[in-house]
Amino acid sequence: MKNTLKQTGILRGKELLSCPGVPTKKRMNQGPVAVIECVQEIPCDPCVDSCRQGAITMGEDITQLPRLMEDQCTGCGTCIAGCPGQAIFVVDLNYSKQKALLMIPYEFIPLPKLDSRVKALDREGKVVGEAKVLKVSHSKRNDRTPVVSLLVPKELAMEIRNIRF
Amino acid sequence: MREIELGVVGGGPAGLSAAIEAAKCGVKVAVFDENERPGGQLFKQIHKFFGSREHGAGIRGIDIGAQMLEDAEKHGVEVRLNTAVWGIFDGPKLGISSNQRVSRVSAKKILLATGANENALAFPGWTLPGVMGGGAAQTMINIHRVLPGKRILTVGSGNVGLIVSYQLLQAGAEVVGLVEALPYISGYGVHASKLRKCGVPIYTSYTVKEAIGKERVERAVIVKVDENFNPRPRTEKRLTVDTICLAVGLTPMAELAWLAGCEFVYVPELGGHVPVHDDDMETTLKGVYIAGDLTGIEEAHTAIEEGKVAGIAVAQSLGYLTSEKAQELKQEAWGHLEALRKGPFGQKRAEGKVKIKERRGAK
Repeated sequence: MKNTLKQTGILRGKELLSCPGVPTKKRMNQGPVAVIECVQEIPCDPCVDSCRQGAITMGEDITQLPRLMEDQCTGCGTCIAGCPGQAIFVVDLNYSKQKALLMIPYEFIPLPKLDSRVKALDREGKVVGEAKVLKVSHSKRNDRTPVVSLLVPKELAMEIRNIRF
Repeated sequence: MREIELGVVGGGPAGLSAAIEAAKCGVKVAVFDENERPGGQLFKQIHKFFGSREHGAGIRGIDIGAQMLEDAEKHGVEVRLNTAVWGIFDGPKLGISSNQRVSRVSAKKILLATGANENALAFPGWTLPGVMGGGAAQTMINIHRVLPGKRILTVGSGNVGLIVSYQLLQAGAEVVGLVEALPYISGYGVHASKLRKCGVPIYTSYTVKEAIGKERVERAVIVKVDENFNPRPRTEKRLTVDTICLAVGLTPMAELAWLAGCEFVYVPELGGHVPVHDDDMETTLKGVYIAGDLTGIEEAHTAIEEGKVAGIAVAQSLGYLTSEKAQELKQEAWGHLEALRKGPFGQKRAEGKVKIKERRGAK
């Protein structure tokens, strides 16, 4: 395998879909759900406790991969800032006819302005489209990891992972 | 001068953790640190830590540091800053210097938690201003709030190189690229992803060939390498950069342990020569303990747990803990250490630790 996360720093294709934290397309079509893009066995487990629904589980070892119980997940997004690797997102493919909702962690200043239009970047930092900023959440629970909610083209909801403006 | 039962050299996560643990049991502890602020590398770590949620995972290093300082104060640990320890003498005594005065301090037990040094990498132009350690760049941006440069090239894709590059982006610099001589990224993929989605290229199987500039770095030449790390002809790329951050590993800062006469073992997986020690973190010199990066390059959580073990062992040996109670507490910390060394990223370190054990057994 040449195109893996370990070689490129980019998670995609089969490797992405193999994550036990990535929900099915069917579940994404039903409403907001967490997408846990965690594929390496590193000693880390804060996501498990960050979920109030108990929708994220892990085996006994903290090096095991987080597993998403997609039917239990409400897509609240609390886990996004709980992940030290910034590897959790929320996707809602049921948001409107053409648009999806995407929530991403964003630890840069300045923060994007509400209702502004920003460039949408993929996992390689390439501009792939435009997004509209719906919300910037700065709750205390997030501990200085703002979570930005974006309106994005549906077909790009699993491509866009960053913004620039 | 008040009586010291445990003298800790180094006020980073390992030293503070040992100090807190021992002081909790009633041991009179003093921590010596040559820096003007305690905390070692913790206060540079503005990111949320990995690890287990019972032990500070998801919490930023700076916040873990603040909590440790609070705990140290609460338990009566004395922290002496701007104080360098330069020798260990029979007694045991610590040779210290502070305010340009040299003196000796007696301590019943000594813990060395001196941490590590950044490795350098020599290439033509490496002495130009603008070539610096990744850790140094991190100190500049996160402690002193000064950008080392505007266009950065990072060398090394371990977690230090990845994290420092990301924090340079957060501080407002442009990271032009990151080179890694290995054909893969050696740190965590999630850290690499954070850089990639900001558009930072990661050049695997590349190294830095030369830094060019008159007064300081103006350009870097990078080159592709083969599997034996030899440069491939005609694969050079020129990058316009003003800063080159070297994140090519760390070496245990072992001088004091050498001076004291501790026995050493060479374990490349752990960064080089490390003092031989037992499960209690006691070296081959009775009463001299070690913890943290000095015992092998790892990370803050393992440093904290090793410090705990050493602190408990010291309290036990001074009669502040029964052996049953001490065993119970140590067992818990050993369990955490084992958990932190699991998985593909911990395997090598775990094997390195076994080598230390084998060496001890052979004596």
